[in-house]
Amino acid sequence: MNSEKIFRYLLIGSGVLIVLIAIGIVTTLFIGSIPSFKEFGFGFIYSTDWNPTQGRESYGALPFIIGTLVTSILALLITFPFAFSISLFLGEYFKNGKLPSFLRSVIDLLAGIPSVVYGLWGFYALRPIITDLGLNAQGFGIFTSSIVLAIMIIPYASSLGSEVISMVPGSLKEAAYSLGATRFEVVKTVIIPNAGSGIFAGYILALGRAIGETMAVTMLIGNSNKIPTGIFDLGNTMASLIANQFGEADGLKYTSLVEIGLLLFVITGIVNYIGKLIMKKLSA
Amino acid sequence: MKKFQLLLTAVIAVALMASCGGSGKEKAKTAEKAETITGAGATFPQPFYNKIFKNYSSEKGLLVTYGGIGSGGGIRSLKDEIVDFGASDAFLNDAKLAEMPGEVLHIPTCLGAVVAAYNLPEKPELKFTPELMEGIFMGKITNWKDAKIAAVNPGINLPDLAITVVYRSDGSGTTFIFSDYMSKVSADWKEKIGTGKALQWPVGIGAKGNPGVAGTISQTVGAIGYIGSEYAFAQDIPVASIQNLAGNFIKPSVESVSASAKGEMPADTRVSLTNTDAVDGYPISSFTWLIIYKEQNYKNRSLDQAVQTIKLIDWAISADAQKETTKVHYAPLPETAVAKAKAVLSTVTYNGKSLK
Repeated sequence: MNSEKIFRYLLIGSGVLIVLIAIGIVTTLFIGSIPSFKEFGFGFIYSTDWNPTQGRESYGALPFIIGTLVTSILALLITFPFAFSISLFLGEYFKNGKLPSFLRSVIDLLAGIPSVVYGLWGFYALRPIITDLGLNAQGFGIFTSSIVLAIMIIPYASSLGSEVISMVPGSLKEAAYSLGATRFEVVKTVIIPNAGSGIFAGYILALGRAIGETMAVTMLIGNSNKIPTGIFDLGNTMASLIANQFGEADGLKYTSLVEIGLLLFVITGIVNYIGKLIMKKLSA
Repeated sequence: MKKFQLLLTAVIAVALMASCGGSGKEKAKTAEKAETITGAGATFPQPFYNKIFKNYSSEKGLLVTYGGIGSGGGIRSLKDEIVDFGASDAFLNDAKLAEMPGEVLHIPTCLGAVVAAYNLPEKPELKFTPELMEGIFMGKITNWKDAKIAAVNPGINLPDLAITVVYRSDGSGTTFIFSDYMSKVSADWKEKIGTGKALQWPVGIGAKGNPGVAGTISQTVGAIGYIGSEYAFAQDIPVASIQNLAGNFIKPSVESVSASAKGEMPADTRVSLTNTDAVDGYPISSFTWLIIYKEQNYKNRSLDQAVQTIKLIDWAISADAQKETTKVHYAPLPETAVAKAKAVLSTVTYNGKSLK
């Protein structure tokens, strides 16, 4: 066997391994959630009860599905204006120079900060501000978590965007300028239509990150296992619930938590799939 | 396609070989000398365990590692036979014992208190009756200025402030002890909430772990929550005196926690101390236990591993280790409990033969 072949097998091998691991994870989650599915059926998805007391155990995922979707979508909405401006700033207006490269490193740094540090910052710095503004009595809740999540996902939402914006062909932009377009018109009519699907891909990546975030959310959301009544209310997310309750769980609770994990997996999959569909539409 | 199949077979074969290799290695271990003792479980007594296991390691040169993963995690780890001992704040009930693969023994190691800790301006010293505890933690009393609180605490200037209940968002032995007490003193609590390591709370915010609840209380004016006493003392958070069964208001302390354990103890040491009838006993006290298998030869553990495990636990209930309890705000075992614990330990076997 020559080195060419060995290299090829190595590549195929690592590809196959990734697929096997993914299948393994889904299978494990699936087998682990069978007892809970047998007990609650599809009612698990829309039941609002989460009662772990022995003798009256009853589990449902709806409060956590809602909590997860609301916090992450709200975070994406908050992050959008900032991430988009940063993408344009770095991709179009100031591509080179000291300030942009400094900005780039700061954004990369945001991505590298451990989420527990974000949680601490939210707990000690952001929470008093929320309380002082009178938005919520204790400063915990969906809104507080979403703000912290929004900051955490800026790097994911902005870096892919600035990359694709900077790749828009110069000839297109120059053609627009030569026709008398202003810079804003170029952004509106040339850059966004050209880079739209790439910018959007960044947001999908960011949303996926927000959906799965655990530690920072646990520290700030208030961990109340009820359906939130508004964005300033307390809530809980799927990832945060699993992190909180897995340690002590056994029996029915254990398999219910595994089923929550499976649902989280499915929801992430659906979000990615919808994202891909929209990206296809945008690039067509 | 053929190449792909070949590759797949190779991957599976490698995986199989790796797993077989693992079990082969374990078989050879039976005669080996113990190098580390591994335990996992409750976080409530963890400050005490950290202290004594560190002392033991430096004295005897045998490494003891303890993972504070929660009582339920400790029980599961023992069930999966991946630790030498587990630790739990709630003893295993008969149903749980029957689920374990072998006979499990409980050895009490110390006593601790769960305290009602609060954050109020000027740090007043409050007294609570069981009725007040029920009212506050079930969300029936929502303001500190409530007349019911004032009636029990005359002369104390209570602020006009909303009560924020803080509870454990993770399952925990601390929650078990607290809810065990609440179920004994309040019929309404027993009916609507019940006893457990995790509960369905009608009000309040959840925080993770004893440190998380303590942190949230100390950062939120008007908050009240229940925590292991060590965590309240460490952060200097005021704790309430609670009225016990005899009608006395008792502050949690080493003495009042010890006093709660004066009653009878069954031979297997599984006893709940909450709502004690001791006149000077603090009503939310509990033993905390180490749990081990009676038959120590499981998962091909070596004889030395078994002997060292028992030696360690025997030391943990000796006077040498017990004198450390008060330094971290736990109470030492009363002599009757030590005697019972020693009797339980003496029944341990390896291959059916006594280790003593």
